[in-house]
Amino acid sequence: MDKFTRLDGLVAPMDRANVDTDAIIPKQFLKSIKRSGFGPNLFDEWRYLDHGEPGMDNSKRPLNPNFALNQPRYRGAQILLARENFGCGSSREHAPWALEDYGFRAIIAPSFADIFFNNCFKNGLLPIVLPADKVDALFREAAAQEGYRLTVDLETQTVSTPSGQIFGFEVDSFRKFCLLNGLDDIGLTLQNADKIKAYEDRRRQSEPWLF
Amino acid sequence: MSAQTLYDKLWLSHVVHEEADGTALLYIDRHLLHEVTSPQAFEGLRLAGRKPWRLSANLAVADHNVPTTGRAAGIADPISRLQVETLDQNCAEFGVTEFKMGDVRQGIVHVIGPEQGATLPGMTVVCGDSHTSTHGAFGALAHGIGTSEVEHVLATQCLLQKKSRAMLVKVEGVLGKGVTAKDIALAVIGRIGTAGGTGYAIEFGGSAIRALSMEGRMTLCNMAIEAGARAGMVAVDDVTIDYVKGRPFAPAGEQWDKAVANWRTLHSDAGARFDAVVELDASSLRPTVTWGTSPEMVTTIDSLVPDPKKETDPVKRDGMERALAYMGLAPNMPITDIKLDKVFIGSCTNSRIEDLRAAAVVARGRHVAPNVKQALVVPGSGLVKNQAEAEGLDRIFIAAGFEWRDPGCSMCLAMNADRLEPGERCASTSNRNFEGRQGPGGRTHLVSPAMAAAAAIAGHFVDVREIL
Repeated sequence: MDKFTRLDGLVAPMDRANVDTDAIIPKQFLKSIKRSGFGPNLFDEWRYLDHGEPGMDNSKRPLNPNFALNQPRYRGAQILLARENFGCGSSREHAPWALEDYGFRAIIAPSFADIFFNNCFKNGLLPIVLPADKVDALFREAAAQEGYRLTVDLETQTVSTPSGQIFGFEVDSFRKFCLLNGLDDIGLTLQNADKIKAYEDRRRQSEPWLF
Repeated sequence: MSAQTLYDKLWLSHVVHEEADGTALLYIDRHLLHEVTSPQAFEGLRLAGRKPWRLSANLAVADHNVPTTGRAAGIADPISRLQVETLDQNCAEFGVTEFKMGDVRQGIVHVIGPEQGATLPGMTVVCGDSHTSTHGAFGALAHGIGTSEVEHVLATQCLLQKKSRAMLVKVEGVLGKGVTAKDIALAVIGRIGTAGGTGYAIEFGGSAIRALSMEGRMTLCNMAIEAGARAGMVAVDDVTIDYVKGRPFAPAGEQWDKAVANWRTLHSDAGARFDAVVELDASSLRPTVTWGTSPEMVTTIDSLVPDPKKETDPVKRDGMERALAYMGLAPNMPITDIKLDKVFIGSCTNSRIEDLRAAAVVARGRHVAPNVKQALVVPGSGLVKNQAEAEGLDRIFIAAGFEWRDPGCSMCLAMNADRLEPGERCASTSNRNFEGRQGPGGRTHLVSPAMAAAAAIAGHFVDVREIL
């Protein structure tokens, strides 16, 4: 996993609530057995005017000009500004894979769905919760100024605006540690292998039907 | 010790280790796998040279991509086929037990776990699928995980977790005729919203829940995720224990007695404190239908499509307008005027024997309306299918003009060939009415099995209470 420390990135808006993971990456692309290559199909049904299927040459497909990410001003965006309950629905990790593959490294929203939120941290993608009125203000600023950028600093847990406003955000210390260091948490868990074995031994005695 | 919730008990009994910030290493008793969210996890194990920590904890089945008709010919779509074959190869290589497509035990992962007794009270159960909350019906802590966590569980038998808050959804009273667990689920989501349960584990309690069968409890817990809660659960009682008894993976003999004594403790203690409580009166619930593109967009069969003009919150109003445009519905039209193109009875929410029986009661001696192009009945597993056939339900459905299919996820998410065409409208017993969920441009209305069957017969939504 890539480290996440500090990011100064272009902001793109996704101005609707309850964006579900079916919308982030439609089911037909879940048939892949790979972990990469989902970026061109991020938000496929909103982004293109035709119906997408795996294996198509996405560069030749008609783009929906009304979809925010297709507007030239948002090209190369690394920070997605979203509304409440972003990432609801299916547990598919293909959703953060697609966002990350597209180029996003951080998502700012008033709230996220639990499983999606958790999946982001496993992929070097930082989900940031800010109060709804702050997010609303960021939407307005991003719409008003072309090339609007934000700076996200994970170490200090802050988001800074071009006008110098600074918003703090919460992040679990363990997740922060893993993200700052780009750590694979399977390796960390296996450092506790003895504790896992001892736990299994105890439960094999108390609840043998589980083993 | 202070009074504990069921969730407290399940959580505490599975903590292996806790970090200073409260992040716990939680032990996982049962890991279910399917073909869509596992290939990258097995690949990760392979690349790191790791082996599954405890093989017997894992059970795999292909369900999302499998065809529900003409199985002897195999899977026509080469990409779907590759994904299912990859699961077969991974299970063979790592030694994971798998119910393959030709196995009578094959079916939807959340149907076969309980059916086999692979889901037991007191367990932690995870699967790379958000509807894993289903298994909480057994007094288990069950939730969906992503693929990185599938790999983590395979490699360590544990997950890194933070404890959620606890919510009690208390449903007291008696459900009216024709009102089911699905209607409770939709009513709860309508009440608290799709983010209402975010950060919570929900326990469903009260006399109406205790009166539900295990099938009903599974339907309810299945949709906890649609209320934003990763886990839903119901306390263990005689209904739970009677269901589990004699299942292939369930304990037997002396072990059974010991297990039952343990399971009897799996309920919230009197006076246990919940962070939130939501109360519903079962007798006030009516057959429920979703009108929009989020499971919180619900109304009852006897009402009208809502009017966005009456919504004061601009983000919500915008969402309603967008949903109505996508759904091709006008504000204030009666729900019973909504005509259907297709009907789908199936999915991990409603494909168990009780669901099929409820639909068959409505279908018996009647016929699917001419405007309904396709009405599918997709049993949740090969064993559900056999049971239904032994009861003659297949003949009732076929005589009524329904198609009787083989088990799988099917038109719930249209990863196989079963899907809606653009603009088609479907009465569906599944769990999500998101844009494109049942096929690009498809329009989904979530309902109970009896309501879906009634809609198929009438060609539009009708109040099933008038038929029963």
